[in-house]
Amino acid sequence: MEKVIEVNRLGKLYGDIVAVDDVSFEVQRGEIFGIVGPNGAGKTTTVESLIGLKRPDKGEVQVLGLDPQNDRPALAQRIGTQLQQTQLAERIKVWEVLNLFSSFYDKTVPWEPLLDRWGLSEKRHAFFGKLSGGQKQRLFIALALINDPEIVFLDEITTGLDPQARRETWELVQAIRDEGKTVVMVTHYMDEVEMLCDRVAIIDHGRLIALDAPAALVNQLSDEQRIIFTVDLPINPADLQTIEQVRAVSISGSKIEVQGAGDLLVNLVLRLHEMGITPSNIEIHRPSLEDVFISLTGRSNVENK
Amino acid sequence: MNKYIQMSLIQAKLFFREPIALFFTIAFPVLLLVMYGAIFGNDPNPNFGGFGYIDSQVPGLTAIIVGTIGLIGIPVTTANNREQKVLRRFMATPMPSTVYLAADILVNFVIAFLGMMLLIVIAIFAFDLRFGGRWIDVLAAFSLSTIAFFAVGYLIAGVAQTGRVAQVVGQVAFLPMMFLSGATLPLNIMPEGVQQISSWLPLTHVVKLLQAVWFGSGWETGSVAMLLGMSVVGITVGSLVFQWE
Repeated sequence: MEKVIEVNRLGKLYGDIVAVDDVSFEVQRGEIFGIVGPNGAGKTTTVESLIGLKRPDKGEVQVLGLDPQNDRPALAQRIGTQLQQTQLAERIKVWEVLNLFSSFYDKTVPWEPLLDRWGLSEKRHAFFGKLSGGQKQRLFIALALINDPEIVFLDEITTGLDPQARRETWELVQAIRDEGKTVVMVTHYMDEVEMLCDRVAIIDHGRLIALDAPAALVNQLSDEQRIIFTVDLPINPADLQTIEQVRAVSISGSKIEVQGAGDLLVNLVLRLHEMGITPSNIEIHRPSLEDVFISLTGRSNVENK
Repeated sequence: MNKYIQMSLIQAKLFFREPIALFFTIAFPVLLLVMYGAIFGNDPNPNFGGFGYIDSQVPGLTAIIVGTIGLIGIPVTTANNREQKVLRRFMATPMPSTVYLAADILVNFVIAFLGMMLLIVIAIFAFDLRFGGRWIDVLAAFSLSTIAFFAVGYLIAGVAQTGRVAQVVGQVAFLPMMFLSGATLPLNIMPEGVQQISSWLPLTHVVKLLQAVWFGSGWETGSVAMLLGMSVVGITVGSLVFQWE
C-alpha cells in the first residue's frame, strides 16, 4: 500500500493551549480515513496542518510527498478540501462559483457532471445565498472535487443535515472512494465512522487515543455490554455488584445501568428474581464505536459537543 | 491569466448586484450633481476663477466616489469576506492571494473611474461642462487619490474584525469628510475654523488636487504630499496588520 499522508508527532499550540499534542498516523491511498472526537479535540487543526492552512509547531507532516507549508500551491493542485463554516458571496451564482474555482487549477474536470451527481443541476443559476444548508454543503463538496484530486478532505460534511440527506451523503462519499480517491473525513458522529471509514483516528484533548479499523476497536471491547432497566422498588447496588459478571452498577432514580461481560443478562435477572424484583424496560447495549470512545475517555462524545 | 480574469469578472458582477453599494457609489453622486445643477446652474463664477459651480463639483463629487469606495466599499467587502471565511476557502486553493487582491483593486479602480466618467458625461450634456486642464493630469491625480484611499481601506479591513466594525469605522472616517472637504459644499462658504479643520482632512486634498488639475491651475504640491504620505502609511501598516483569516 502506498502512503499518501504521513503525520509524525504533530503538535500545535494556540498561545498556552495545546490544540494538537504528539499525534502520529499514516493514511494509505484509496482508504476512507476518519478523524473523530468531540468538538475542540483538535481534529480540524490536524486537518488544517495537512492542507497547509496551519503551520505545525512540532513534528512533521507529508502529504503526497510534499510539505504542506512549503509546497502549499503544488499540494493544493492535487487535493480537494471542504472546510467547516466557509461561505461564499450571497449573490454569486452556482455556475459562477464553479467557473471561478476551475480557473484556479491546472487540471480540472467538467463541472456539469459534478453538479448532476450532487443534485445541484437545477440550481446552477441560483445565487449562493438562496441555497439551503444542504445544497451549500453539496456545492462545497463539488468544489472539492473540481480538480480531480487524489485526496479529498471533508470536515463535518453531514453536520446539520437531516438523516435522509446524511445517508445520501454517505453513499456519495463511498462513490468518491470507488473512483480511487483517498478520503480523509473529520466528524463527531461515531455512526458515520462505523458506516464509512476503513480506519479511524480517535482524538481527544489534542491526543491520539486510538487508531485502527472501527470493527477492530469495537472488538477490543467485544465482551462488554450494558443492560439498562427500571425497577419499582429501591435497590442496593452492592446486591448486584456481587454477581460475578458485573463490572459496574449505576443507579439514577428507578433506572439502573449494569455493565459487565459474559452471561450478564441471565445472572442479573436471576439475582433480581431472588431479590423479589421484576425488572422492566430492559435494554441491552452491545458495544459500538461510541462505547469505545466512552471506555477510552470516560465520557460521552455527545456530551462534549 | 484566466484566474485574474475570472476573479475580476466575479468581483465586478458582485458589485453591480449589490444595490446599496451601487446606489451610494454611482447613483448618489449623480443625484447630487443633477441637484446642484438644477439649483446653482453652471454660470461662470469669480469664486471658481471663471468656472461654474458644476465645473468645480465634478472633481468634488469624484472625490466622494473615491472616498466611498476606499473607506466603505473596500473595508466592508474585505472584512465580510474574511469574517465569512470566503478568503479562507480561497486560501485552500492554489490561487495566490495576490490574485484576489489585484482583482479587487482593479475592479474598484474601474468602478471609481466609470463613476467619474458618468459624472463627466452627464455634466457635459446637461450643464455644458468646462475643462481647463489636461486629461493625463486628471488621470494621474485620480490614480494617486485612489491609491491613497484604497490603501487606507485595506488598512481598515485589516484592523476591523468584522464587516460591521469595518462599516462603522469607514463611516466615521468618511461622513464628516464628505461635508467638510469641499466635496459636497464649497469650502469658501465655511467659517474660518471649519476651513482650518478641513485643511487636515485627506478628502479635502483629493478635492483640491482634482479641482486644480481640472481647472488647469497646476499640481497642488501640498495635496500631492499628503496623499503620497497616506499611500505609504496605508500600504506599509496595512500589509503589516492585514490577516487573510
